[in-house]
Amino acid sequence: MQYETVIGLETHAQFHTRSKMFCGCKTDFGAPPNTQTCPVCQGLPGTLPVVNRYAVELGLRAALALRCHIAPVTQFDRKNYFYPDLPKNYQVSQNYHNLGVDGRLEIEVDGQAREVGIWNVHLEEDAGKLEHPEDTGANYTAIDLNRAGTPLLEIVSAPDMRSAGEANAYMNELAAILRHLDISDCKMQEGSLRFEAGISVRPVGGEKFGNRVEVKNLNSMSAVVKAIEHERERQVAVLESGGTVPSQTMLWDVQREVTEPMRSKEEAKDYRYFPEPDLVPIEISPEWLDQVREQMSELPAARRKRFIAELDLPPYDAGVIVEQKPIADYFEQTVEQGVEPKTAANWIMGEVMRVLNERLCEIDDLPVSPPMLAELIGLVTDDRISNSVGKTVFGEMCSSGKKAGEIVEEKGLAQISDSGELEAVVKQVLADNPDAVADLESGKQQAKGFLIGQIMRATRGKANPKLAGELIDRLTGD
Amino acid sequence: MTRITTDTVEQVADLSKLILSDEELAGFQEQLDKIIGYFEVLNSLDTTGVEPLAHPLDLRNVFRQDTVEDSASRKDALANAPDKTDEAYKVPVVIESS
Repeated sequence: MQYETVIGLETHAQFHTRSKMFCGCKTDFGAPPNTQTCPVCQGLPGTLPVVNRYAVELGLRAALALRCHIAPVTQFDRKNYFYPDLPKNYQVSQNYHNLGVDGRLEIEVDGQAREVGIWNVHLEEDAGKLEHPEDTGANYTAIDLNRAGTPLLEIVSAPDMRSAGEANAYMNELAAILRHLDISDCKMQEGSLRFEAGISVRPVGGEKFGNRVEVKNLNSMSAVVKAIEHERERQVAVLESGGTVPSQTMLWDVQREVTEPMRSKEEAKDYRYFPEPDLVPIEISPEWLDQVREQMSELPAARRKRFIAELDLPPYDAGVIVEQKPIADYFEQTVEQGVEPKTAANWIMGEVMRVLNERLCEIDDLPVSPPMLAELIGLVTDDRISNSVGKTVFGEMCSSGKKAGEIVEEKGLAQISDSGELEAVVKQVLADNPDAVADLESGKQQAKGFLIGQIMRATRGKANPKLAGELIDRLTGD
Repeated sequence: MTRITTDTVEQVADLSKLILSDEELAGFQEQLDKIIGYFEVLNSLDTTGVEPLAHPLDLRNVFRQDTVEDSASRKDALANAPDKTDEAYKVPVVIESS
């Protein structure tokens, strides 16, 4: 029998705010344990939360970008559960009057556009962190409440995805939107973007959904993709052998790449939601929404379309460049300096991203500004330096922060475009490689590539390859 | 008619991580049943056409700006903890999976 996979994703993104959801404590990642807390986020009795207005605005940006209906009045609710990472024994969340409902996100898989429904977008607070001591003999768990109360956005999708590939496209598009609108920095390794997947299978063409398995502990997008593929196989095997898949919560085991059931007692879901009496409702006026709209930059999908239509970028390039807003901005600023867009894209996707990956840094940390990159590209396109020297100069710019022209001058890297000067080098190379010359004269064109390579070596990349080729042709009497 | 059965009390106790003796279960069953009974009085009111009230106070949009304020020192934060390490609260081992 043929089966189809049915996937829904719950996404948690930490808001890019300075302070917490309900108090003024910092939200910095990696601070020493329990140094960013106060009586409010410690959950001490008698304290009162006050809503961070900016977090609500960031939530509104997300709800608008995901084309949700925005609630005219939204309200917080208490989600009750007993776990040591939650100092109040309830999480302030939203259940009855979510910030946004009934939205949608357009994704593209294999060139096909698909729409994924968004059930709701709501605001909540993050929990603390449990640290299990490395010493396995230790019989305690340590709690760090720095993260408790960090503003959190939850986005619940409809079960509209049918493959791991679609889930992957959804996660990437969502992350691109959250980054573009400066809603979240989406650093999965720091836990500021997290996913939970609801996965079921059913016979193709079936109308009823299969029993849903919820998978937690997914710490990267690739873990989500692998967990979906694993669950699909596991659930199909259960059905094929005549069994039924129980509805349950499973944990993804990163090392073994399998899902494991959670202890059943802990998954007994009875959150007993009720309106949070400590917080008054939030009214979202049309004027406020207009203000939020004005703060929103262009969405990634629109930006990609514009890059393809107006700047003639290939769709692949547009996809890579738009994935991160700072890179897309950098690209646009480089193009504004008069660089041909595809050339700018090649440099950014090649050299710039290589350096960013090597240094594990962000584009804003790079000492090479878009005008500086534009100058360098100009030197290459004007044949003042070769492409390979250009790459060396770029590396130099990244470490010294100097301008391309200065480096070329200082190191004498200007391309040899003077035929007299280059002719001497070409003659020497031809004399040193009689075999290659013989090959070339007998019509083997690849010998010419070899000779040009030797000329580049002799000039440390400074020879103008076009001129070198012409000189070879002339001097070999071809 | 009992509104609260001992099964319900057991379930609530379980969610609250409380272990109750049989006598306690029976005692709480009776007490909770009475409490819920008081709410039946409210149910006798006809609320047809009345919007559910989100909050008893007639206040809206109470916000703070996204500004950082001083946090408590770690020493103060951990001062009331019954058990702690040098830097964190200490609780009995939490097992997340079987």
